[in-house]
Amino acid sequence: MTSSKQALAQPATSADAAPGSQPGAARGAQGRGTPPQHPGSWRSRLYRWDMKASPYAFIAPFFIIFGAFGLVPLLYTAWYSLHNVQLSGLDHQTWAGLDNYKNLLSSEFFWNALENTFSIGVISTVPQLLMALGIAHLLNYRLRGSTVWRVVMLTPYATSVAAATLVFTLLYSWDGGMVNWLLHFVGVHPINWRESDWGSQFAVSSIVIWRWTGYNALIYLAAMQAIPTDLYESAALDGAGRWQQFRHVTIPMLRPTILFTVVVSTIGATQLFGEPLLFGGVSGSKGGSAHQYQTLGLYMYDQGWGIGNLGKASAIAWTMFLILLIIAAVNLLITRRLRKSQ
Amino acid sequence: MRTSTRRSRRLAAIAAVAAMTAGLLAGCSKDSNDGKSDSDGGGSGKTQLTIGTFGVFGYKQAGLYDEYMKLHPNISIKENVTTRTDVYWPKTLTRLQAGSGTDDIQAIEVGNITEAVQTQADKFVDLGKEVDKSQWLGWKLSQATTKDGKTIALGTDIGPMAICYRKDLFAKAGLETDRTKLAAQWKGDWAKYVDLGKTYMKKAPSGTKFVDSASSVYNAALGGESQRYYDKDGNVIWDKSTGVKKSWNAAMTVATSNMSAKLKQFDPTWDQGFAKGSFATVACPAWMMGYIQEKSGDAGKGKWDVAAAPTAANWGGSFIGVPTAGKHQKEAVALAKWLTAPEQQAKVFAKQASFPSTPGAYSSLTPAAATTEYFSNAPITQIFGDSAKTIPVQYFGTKDQPIGTAITDVGILQVEQKGKTPDQGWNAAKAEIKDVLGQ
Repeated sequence: MTSSKQALAQPATSADAAPGSQPGAARGAQGRGTPPQHPGSWRSRLYRWDMKASPYAFIAPFFIIFGAFGLVPLLYTAWYSLHNVQLSGLDHQTWAGLDNYKNLLSSEFFWNALENTFSIGVISTVPQLLMALGIAHLLNYRLRGSTVWRVVMLTPYATSVAAATLVFTLLYSWDGGMVNWLLHFVGVHPINWRESDWGSQFAVSSIVIWRWTGYNALIYLAAMQAIPTDLYESAALDGAGRWQQFRHVTIPMLRPTILFTVVVSTIGATQLFGEPLLFGGVSGSKGGSAHQYQTLGLYMYDQGWGIGNLGKASAIAWTMFLILLIIAAVNLLITRRLRKSQ
Repeated sequence: MRTSTRRSRRLAAIAAVAAMTAGLLAGCSKDSNDGKSDSDGGGSGKTQLTIGTFGVFGYKQAGLYDEYMKLHPNISIKENVTTRTDVYWPKTLTRLQAGSGTDDIQAIEVGNITEAVQTQADKFVDLGKEVDKSQWLGWKLSQATTKDGKTIALGTDIGPMAICYRKDLFAKAGLETDRTKLAAQWKGDWAKYVDLGKTYMKKAPSGTKFVDSASSVYNAALGGESQRYYDKDGNVIWDKSTGVKKSWNAAMTVATSNMSAKLKQFDPTWDQGFAKGSFATVACPAWMMGYIQEKSGDAGKGKWDVAAAPTAANWGGSFIGVPTAGKHQKEAVALAKWLTAPEQQAKVFAKQASFPSTPGAYSSLTPAAATTEYFSNAPITQIFGDSAKTIPVQYFGTKDQPIGTAITDVGILQVEQKGKTPDQGWNAAKAEIKDVLGQ
């Protein structure tokens, strides 16, 4: 019953408080981890059990929910991906081995979707983060009503994907859309945004940029405000202008934050789904008649729920998961490199 | 005292966490007692029946639920509506197979009925024994009947085809405006209808096109063909099918000319097209008339007219079935029987213009006065009734819907909006269908 830990801790308690008096108070003074008096009594046993078990009890809900709605489906999807499963015959699955994966690798639709995911990811993420950085820099100045500006920046993020996409779809509509109307003033012929190859990708990206720029700007802003002002003062003493301060003080200090936003945006771009689906309207999961903006997420949805081939859809899901793991690994490498170089 | 409050607070926290966890776990378990409380324990003592539908079914709008509840005071009815079929059907499929979460009555769209018959027949009550099967159109009944004679669902409406056209625009373009003479001009062949489009475009009022999209012409034409994507034995024959070929060619004439407004049906821009009057005709199954009235609004009143379609064709329509997983099957069967009886179908038609699948109702059909007035007092009942009686028997397959989507939303759309040649469009559709069929 008497562990060495307890024996070590024992003198401290007895020196501090008389046995039997207010264990709560003793703990209050000593902090967590101090066992109370009366080793071996049921109270102390309960106390130690409490100390050990309650942290687990408190985090248990997350793990139970994650297990039920995250891990089990994840593993079940892996199982599905090795079978031929149709949506209309969930009980009649046949073993397919790696056929679903082989099928994917030889499918032009899969490579097309991967390419689209990548290109839309680049078109949407790069300008988004650059703009966010600039906006955060502006918001970092002393401004009248700064809270108002910050709230305004965050409103697109608070809008639902469906509502935002619906509005954008109307703006980009071929006949009578506002974008084409504005373009006709500069002599551009109406563009069929949804069916053109680059136009559709640009349109989808613009929805993503609109929704996420403010969110990233606020993260940058928070990090900027944590940069000590004396760095700027000494830079100013050295004769650095605003732009030089931004380049040589702000950016280096923001490096971990930038890395974080890059990772989060990359994951978001890999999973891009709602915007292109709704942008496509009826049978939007095709991502356009030539699949010109069909992302991996859409391709998975189309295979699973449009066509009803759940086995292949599961294989796509796992392939996406592997791609994300690779991205995470690359990111880890870059972080290490950066840390070493500092 | 500090100790005890601290401890009790801690205890409360643990209790709260435990309760949450327990609640979550309970949430995962089968909710097998849900129904009981409604029928046995509930204060009202009523049996609650739920009916799962999609789109606008018209039962509620026609007041049928209220009427049934008045006739059967011990029944209450709740409708669970999912707007889109492509969301509704996958959800229903998984629930049917899980054996839980289904409504007491589930609606099934014609595009999914074959899949239901071939793969889910054991999940539905055999309704054939409960009703007089002869009251339905033969082809409608056989679509919902398995090879061994089990009828898994009862026909609700069908989609007999006509052409809705803007009389005023036709007059401006110098075309015939009389509905009988028009119907005679294109009778028998959708190619003739498309040819008329060429004439229309020569003198078309500015900002208008002859037809909303090439895909709608394809769907309408295919609805009148006896050979679609599958043969009688369930083999895929889409690329050899004469019906597909003919309909494709008609659609290609539209897609490669300037007569299409190039809209995608059921998109918001299509709705705007109705409102702006940017196309003069639309292939018009009976259920479309309600849609036109809503989207064209008052501006279109009296300008639209209805003429018989080139061929008797069917587009759309639904069924309702009773899943065996339901808790109140007897009551549900009675309700399904009542809802699909000719008298009730006639009531839905009067409200919603959904055309009955029971010929017994045809003699007593009266469309809503507002509808008749909107469509220039056209003899709607007669036009659709004539079409309904001569629709060819068609065979559907399990992947009918995705194959159709591949042809219209990939093949035809590429030609119409991306400027591809008909051959390129056909090959794109072919590659897509190969993918659909897992070949």
